[in-house]
Amino acid sequence: MATDTFFSIPKSTAARTVTITFEGEPLSVPAGISVAAALLAGGVKNFRSSVVGGRPRAPYCMMGVCFECLVEIDGIPARQSCLIPVREGMAIRRQIGAVELQFGAGEKA
Amino acid sequence: MSGDVTDLVVIGAGPAGLAAACEARALGLSVILLDEQTTIGGQIYRNIEAAPPDRREILGEDYAAGQKLAAEFRESGTDYRGGTSVWNVTTDGTVDYVGGHTATVTGRCVLMASGAMERPFPIKGWTLPGAMGAGAAQILLKGAGAMPSGPVVLAGCGPLLYLLAWQYLRAGAEIGAVVDTTDAAGYVRALPHALGALMGWRDLSKGLKLLAALKRSGVPVYSGASALAIEGEAAVEALTFKHRGKPVRLSASLVLLHQGVVPNTQLSLSTGLEHHWNSAQLCWQPVTDEWGRMGDSALYVAGDSRGIVGALASATQGRLAALSIAKQLGAAADIAQRATELKRQLAGRTHIRPFLDALYRPLTEHRVPSRDDVTVCRCEEVTAGQIRSYVELGCLGPNQTKTFGRCGMGPCQGRFCGLTVTELIAEGRGVDPEEVGHYRVRPPIKPVLLGDFVD
Repeated sequence: MATDTFFSIPKSTAARTVTITFEGEPLSVPAGISVAAALLAGGVKNFRSSVVGGRPRAPYCMMGVCFECLVEIDGIPARQSCLIPVREGMAIRRQIGAVELQFGAGEKA
Repeated sequence: MSGDVTDLVVIGAGPAGLAAACEARALGLSVILLDEQTTIGGQIYRNIEAAPPDRREILGEDYAAGQKLAAEFRESGTDYRGGTSVWNVTTDGTVDYVGGHTATVTGRCVLMASGAMERPFPIKGWTLPGAMGAGAAQILLKGAGAMPSGPVVLAGCGPLLYLLAWQYLRAGAEIGAVVDTTDAAGYVRALPHALGALMGWRDLSKGLKLLAALKRSGVPVYSGASALAIEGEAAVEALTFKHRGKPVRLSASLVLLHQGVVPNTQLSLSTGLEHHWNSAQLCWQPVTDEWGRMGDSALYVAGDSRGIVGALASATQGRLAALSIAKQLGAAADIAQRATELKRQLAGRTHIRPFLDALYRPLTEHRVPSRDDVTVCRCEEVTAGQIRSYVELGCLGPNQTKTFGRCGMGPCQGRFCGLTVTELIAEGRGVDPEEVGHYRVRPPIKPVLLGDFVD
């Protein structure tokens, strides 16, 4: 079977879901899981681009130490998506390269 | 900023931290526990309170055993503050953390129980999407019930790799292959520790059961593999390696790498207190007394962040540290009887460790890459060849590699390249890693937003 996702989460009828967006595309995901888990099961393979070579990266450790899973969440750049649980309406974007200093950028998540 | 003062601040809600908090509360101490996750259990008992019964069944009884500790903790009266990241700890017990905003708590003593992380596996292609830690995949299983979508390749060595294979088989996942890097020399190295392994027969028989189940399953196992490398452009396409002298190429989109775990010492290193190189476990560990106290500071360390001992022994170390802390603070006069009981328990739970350390010692080529084009610092994309060239130019230690090429200066703050850089420089200079040293780790050890300081 050709697979377009690295991981799948078997559907459970009992599980509550929330809707988040990645790059504007809606994803319905189980409540209570990490943003990184939700994106991986949602078919996202490229979470961010590396700061020197601009190469695609995805989570490596899933426990907060490798910082490969950095994404922009609700306007705040470089969040560790493996440590943050999904929330209804969360807007997630790819982290492109290094974070630029933004003056007067939005409220924090 | 709030400035709560308490008898004991525990950092980490894994087995060591939870057990320490329970023991300290039973001895009458006030306890605040800080943890980066929003659920208790650390990595080993991750999601232990919410995982549905069928998932607990798949993960096995060693995982389910965490429920008892979690329940004891909930009854303990600990002031639990989850979803908080500690970014600074001082030797006199001040702890700064963020969790929505920044706050400060002061412990008359502080117990650091930050656990373990998977040992870096620096090979060609390990930065590609689709290459990740086997421990990371296990976290996805525990936390989200997530399983590989297609045939998965597990590569490396160590108990966690075989445990994950066993769990995947129970869950019905398709394993394409297990590529085992345990070398023949490992059995020779481990032989002198066989008596210890037999004394830890419960652990030994569990391990043998996992290996037997894997063999029965018919999953192809490539034993004694070496020279691992991952191919791919935008994502993983294949794993290549040497097996019985011949090159092998396995197509795969998901390769889970693992070669043991090492102490997550970022927090203890940031205090500037003494650490030393453990040449059996090939990692840094904090220097402590037998109870886990660092020098004459207010700081203790327990569990895997003090040296890899496993979940059960970590819990016992946590309880022993709590006893010593209670005595130090004058809350418990006579700890001798309880301490004797716990020390006997600890010995029983660590018998097998030297055997495991010797058998599953990762191959040198998978720790100190011989290929120049292997990325060592994933954040700043510094290669093994670049680090070697720095050494040729006179670079003596990890701190200088920062100046030469930003190695270790990215967001992970050297967590994922530290051991490799130390060993690469040690090899280049022909000296012991102890002499080379580790990056100087400074607070804040987690990213803190300026906005976190503003209400």
